[in-house]
Amino acid sequence: NYKLTINKWYIVLCCGVVLLTMTVFSGYFSHSTDFEVHRNWLAITHSLPVSKWYHENTSEWTLDYPPLFAWFEYSLSHVAQHFDKEMLVVQNLLYTSPATILFQRLSVIVTDIVFIYAVKECCRSVREEKGSKDLLGHPFFILAALLLWNFGLLIVDHIHFQYNGFLFGILLLSVARHLQGRHLEGALLFTVLLNLKHIYLYIAPAYGIFLLRSYCFTEDNTDGSVRWSSFSPVRLVALGSIVISVGALSFGPFIAMGQLPQVLSRLFPFKRGLCHAYWAPNVWALYNMVDKALSVLGVRLKLLDVAKLPKASMTGGLVQEFQHSILPSVSPSITLICTLLSIMVMLSIWCRPRGARGFLRCLVVCALGSFMFGWHVHEKAILMAILPFSILAVESREDAGIFLMLTTTGHYSLFPLLFTAAELPIKVLLMLLFTLYSFTSLKKLFRGSLLNPLETTYLLGLVAVEILCEVVYPLSPWQHTMPFVPLLVTSVYCSLGVCYSFIRLYVSLLRQHGTDKHKQL
Amino acid sequence: MENWSLVSICVLFGLTARWAVSLNSYSGAGKPPMFGDYEAQRHWQEVTYNLPVHEWYFNTTDNNLNYWGLDYPPLTAYHSLLCAHVAKLINPDWVELHASRGHESYGHKLFMRATVLVADLLIYIPAVVLYSFYLSEGSNKKKVCTVLCILLYPGLILIDYGHFQYNSISLGLALWGVVVLGLGWDVLGSLAFVLSLNYKQMELYHSLPFFCYLLGKCFKQGLAGRGLFLLVKIAVTVLVTFALCWLPFLSDPGQILQVVHRLFPVGRGLFEDKVANTWCSLNVLIKIKTILSTDTQLYISLTTTLLAILPSSIKLLMKPTLWQFKLALVNSSLAFFLFSFQVHEKSILLPALPVCLLLNDLPLPAIWFLQASTFSMLPLFLKDGLLVPYVVTSLAFLFFSIYLLSALEHCSEDKLRLGPYRQLYRIGWALFYFSITAMAGLSFMSVALAPPAQLPDLFPLLVSVFSYLHFLGLLLYFNIVQIAEPPQSVRKNQKKSN
Repeated sequence: NYKLTINKWYIVLCCGVVLLTMTVFSGYFSHSTDFEVHRNWLAITHSLPVSKWYHENTSEWTLDYPPLFAWFEYSLSHVAQHFDKEMLVVQNLLYTSPATILFQRLSVIVTDIVFIYAVKECCRSVREEKGSKDLLGHPFFILAALLLWNFGLLIVDHIHFQYNGFLFGILLLSVARHLQGRHLEGALLFTVLLNLKHIYLYIAPAYGIFLLRSYCFTEDNTDGSVRWSSFSPVRLVALGSIVISVGALSFGPFIAMGQLPQVLSRLFPFKRGLCHAYWAPNVWALYNMVDKALSVLGVRLKLLDVAKLPKASMTGGLVQEFQHSILPSVSPSITLICTLLSIMVMLSIWCRPRGARGFLRCLVVCALGSFMFGWHVHEKAILMAILPFSILAVESREDAGIFLMLTTTGHYSLFPLLFTAAELPIKVLLMLLFTLYSFTSLKKLFRGSLLNPLETTYLLGLVAVEILCEVVYPLSPWQHTMPFVPLLVTSVYCSLGVCYSFIRLYVSLLRQHGTDKHKQL
Repeated sequence: MENWSLVSICVLFGLTARWAVSLNSYSGAGKPPMFGDYEAQRHWQEVTYNLPVHEWYFNTTDNNLNYWGLDYPPLTAYHSLLCAHVAKLINPDWVELHASRGHESYGHKLFMRATVLVADLLIYIPAVVLYSFYLSEGSNKKKVCTVLCILLYPGLILIDYGHFQYNSISLGLALWGVVVLGLGWDVLGSLAFVLSLNYKQMELYHSLPFFCYLLGKCFKQGLAGRGLFLLVKIAVTVLVTFALCWLPFLSDPGQILQVVHRLFPVGRGLFEDKVANTWCSLNVLIKIKTILSTDTQLYISLTTTLLAILPSSIKLLMKPTLWQFKLALVNSSLAFFLFSFQVHEKSILLPALPVCLLLNDLPLPAIWFLQASTFSMLPLFLKDGLLVPYVVTSLAFLFFSIYLLSALEHCSEDKLRLGPYRQLYRIGWALFYFSITAMAGLSFMSVALAPPAQLPDLFPLLVSVFSYLHFLGLLLYFNIVQIAEPPQSVRKNQKKSN
């Protein structure tokens, strides 16, 4: 009877989300660049033969996702031709019509079914506490609400337009399978995901180490360390064959045609700069800020010559290379080293595996670490850390505190993605909705305040930043001379919060490792 | 979870739905020369800002009454003046005399939508929250669900934020009147209602229940002593409020006459367009509009309206309780809608408001009525290009209200308050599903199919007749509920068992 009520509420939540997204999109015929990107890919995959897919560059938005995604777009294009044939012509750059937009929006909503199913599976795996709770306080319900109504996902997918619901659905489903102990399925799903969007390479190390350690070695010693004798070659071969077969399915045709280098060059364009035009709130944003501050200070104190400073334009314009003025410049290899150093902690699951939950924690640390130190990170990538972290947040009090911090700042950092006046009430309302819900539900679940006063003050400061950037600054005289200041302020302020959450998460992981060692002694 | 957070979440959700709908098209978008209600509101801002008060309702060279002349009472004019001042600060082009006619722009649309949202947030939404928490019965969860369902009522959202009107102000003030009266502050309640009446004259539909309720209360307290005192207090409040609202016009009787003339245009016929009321539906069978003279039409309409509202009003007069009051509001406004003169389809919002208040007590009939009322306005929505919001908000409302209020599961014969008519509720359940399916089917047909050449108005007519049958049936039902109310002791027992 209880399960029935839970299922009913789940359906209510899902339908609520679907209906909300339909209402939101119906009137708002925006045209972000992502629309054009995906329209172009529909056109390329539909109109051109496979051999031309990764060579085509009529439009600047070339195909830069792995082949499985191209096949996905190909199948979508067969449905698209019933809506509007004109969108499938490659030459129709920036083509738009109500039917096109309707189709693209609907495709996101329909593919979200994967996400909805994945959330259901995750909720099933959530550990329940004993004792009767009313429905709204049940972890199952809270997790479902936090995932389905995730502000970042709603904004990025349904307003800004991407297929993240679909992709994160596969990721969460893979995590759920691991939590349920069905590792082969989880591995299969992750490989499929990797072949759909290669950004998930960031978390591949966590998968790799976990599967190798917990799946290929069937038993542990009593103290938790590796029992080398229990290595199971069968399992390793099974995993390997899954990875290879999926890879062959997706990349195979291109390898056969000898196009692999071209595909790889499209997938990994390193010519872009350290930061996006709007700095993602990571370590490099702080680094840039310090650099700029020092240079301004240096010019004021007459220590530096203005003419000698590079004509940097880090924030004005699209993706460009730039040099730092005072601090050493950062190259891609440096970011790689920093990222690897930051996620070194995940070797802890090699030494002391903590089952699927430890793996999940490492996955989040991996995602967040690569967000913090990566090259040309987009602020949307914060979702890769937030969504899996929600599962941990409903199970432990400390995680809930870190989650609230990370999620609020991460979501706020997405605000500059929607900059028109029409979108302002929507993003403010949805943000308030999600933040209010996450705070009150987690507070009720763990019976007590989850944040210390300093953190609360920081989060309240976000309100001040928002008012400053959206209301006060545009009316001030500096709006025309320095239009990038609101973006700068938002980015730097949020990176403080994100860095802080990362450090706390890291510390919690190390502390777990430490307690294990302590228990041993 | 605590109440305040749940309520805030519901309110935020309601606001999001409202703003999302407001991103759609509005009445008369891109349709010169007359445009639609949106242009009318903008024009009123222009007129009230630029012209002196004594010219607002008169036909002058600067104020052509044929182009959306003011035809609402003074409070609407003052509200337009307030909005115009704000508009002038942002962009003076929006209210330039003559030059701004037909002005349509992205920024202006955002401004106008924002004014509706602000008014809603300040007046209607607090009233809904207060009503649910202080005047409705049930657990806290049920009260929060009531807030959500009332806020999701599609008809009001689509008309105010889609078609573009300010119904939330007049309905909100009327709701404040109900809430305050329910809390026992009669004078303040009558003040709120008079303000509401001075915003839109259609609130007259609600005036008889207010009158009967207050009069009944005075009678109950004894006309010799406290009752008379109360009566005098209320009368004085009403008169003073009217005087204050009409202050600029009181200097000249000609002004008052002209305003009244604008508010009640008796020159027009029995009905315009397709409305889901008796006369329009009757017109399908007998062309009464052409057979009878205007005076006879007026006479017949007046008589039938009075006959329809008589039972409910008398019952309320004899027994002025909150429950009777709510039902009388429904019965009176619905009777006016069905039988009155020159009714517009948007007037269905007037009975819809008190029916929203009954969501908690009589879930199934209330949801049925509210959905039928939204459906009855479908031709208007199609004309305004609001099809997708209509579909989505109706689905959302049905979904949430049915699940949250568990209308179909806990629909016991007690709750339907039909007393001896127990078997009917099962049939009612099946009829509800059939009706919703029929509405969906008719909606689909209105959009997808083209009407046959000899009957170009087929689908609007079908929609209005279908809705009319619903309204008539529900009018009978609500009247029966109000009049055949079980004796006091039975109701008290039922309250205990809840």
